[in-house]
Amino acid sequence: MNIFQVLGQSTLKSLAKLGRGSLFFISILSGLGYVLKRPNLLMKQLYSVGVLTFWLICIAGLFVGMVLGLQGVYTLSTFGADSSLGIMVAASLVRELGPVVSALLFAGRAGSALTAEVGLMKATEQLSGMEMMAVDPLKYIIAPRFFAGFISLPLLAALFSAIGVIGGHLAGVELLNVDAGAYWSQMQSSIDFYDDIINGIIKSIIFAWLVSWIALFEGYDALPTSAGISRATTRTVVNSAFAILLFDFLLTALMFGAN
Amino acid sequence: MQYRSLEILVGFFVSIAIAALFFLALQVSNFSALKDHGSYAVKAHFDDVGGLKTKALVSMAGVPIGRVTEINFDAQNYDALVTMRIDSRYNTLPTDTSASILTSGLLGDKYIGLTAGGLDEFLKNGDTIDLTQSALVLERLISQFLFNSSDKSE
Repeated sequence: MNIFQVLGQSTLKSLAKLGRGSLFFISILSGLGYVLKRPNLLMKQLYSVGVLTFWLICIAGLFVGMVLGLQGVYTLSTFGADSSLGIMVAASLVRELGPVVSALLFAGRAGSALTAEVGLMKATEQLSGMEMMAVDPLKYIIAPRFFAGFISLPLLAALFSAIGVIGGHLAGVELLNVDAGAYWSQMQSSIDFYDDIINGIIKSIIFAWLVSWIALFEGYDALPTSAGISRATTRTVVNSAFAILLFDFLLTALMFGAN
Repeated sequence: MQYRSLEILVGFFVSIAIAALFFLALQVSNFSALKDHGSYAVKAHFDDVGGLKTKALVSMAGVPIGRVTEINFDAQNYDALVTMRIDSRYNTLPTDTSASILTSGLLGDKYIGLTAGGLDEFLKNGDTIDLTQSALVLERLISQFLFNSSDKSE
């Protein structure tokens, strides 16, 4: 009977957490008007969430693109198809790697920082202090951070894909002498704007929502102790990674599975 | 002052990211090729489309002039009805134009190649191309070849 109790307890716990998270998300949405009225709050968060992740994304995108270029040439030249390198690099970046890898990096770089910041605010009772002053912390602290993450990640993912394509060019064309014309023209003829690029952007918008929501909720829901904050930060990265990969599979099945 | 530099950095970030989006749209994808000059639909019956897919190219003299938009099974004639849209810049194709399903390269994609005829009347929206040649199905080709060679040996 003990096993059933443990199972039931953990189910109820995670359901309760999901419920708290949903309510939390609804109250973030109601803070949208507040954020729009005070754009300087959003600006500060766009800096710490978006601009500070900028270089990480640029460098990661460049190297991922270059590795794709190298591996692509090695594999495709066995079939004498290295002129299709551009398709391979661009399709894998725009459809999968751009949104997914930048979301994973974003969860590690910006998500964990958000959790730690909000968790520490809770532990040092800054959030309850604001409530005492009749300032709603959900509107003043959480909502700007959420929308900053929500705006930044799709932009970062687009940047990642674009730089990755250039990285693929550097490795494939400059280093391994694939024909530059073939690289770009094959890419342009088979990457579809709506099917590939818009779908990739939709993916990254959904990941942005997931990561920002999970990071802020874990921080807000953390035990207000140092151990609690550290556990919440870990949970942010782990849960975000799980959620990103799971949703990526579902979205890929929906977008590219049917035909 | 500090807030100003913050705003400038965020501005840079957003503009570079939007430039990346434009780069993806214009350089990486076929967005620039989607410029719509308008198009007209032409139909053609094929005995066997053999792996032709929608969105496949329709080309004449090797130049892409349109795309396949629909492939349906015609239950009355038991053949395939392919609908393609051709760019309206090329509205002077003779009515006796012939269409054949070709393959680009040995393992490449299937596409429709049009060959112009000699009549003075031109194809209009909704017209049907009568002269068609089906896709080459490799298995059929091989079996034909095998039958021929066994006939000769006997």
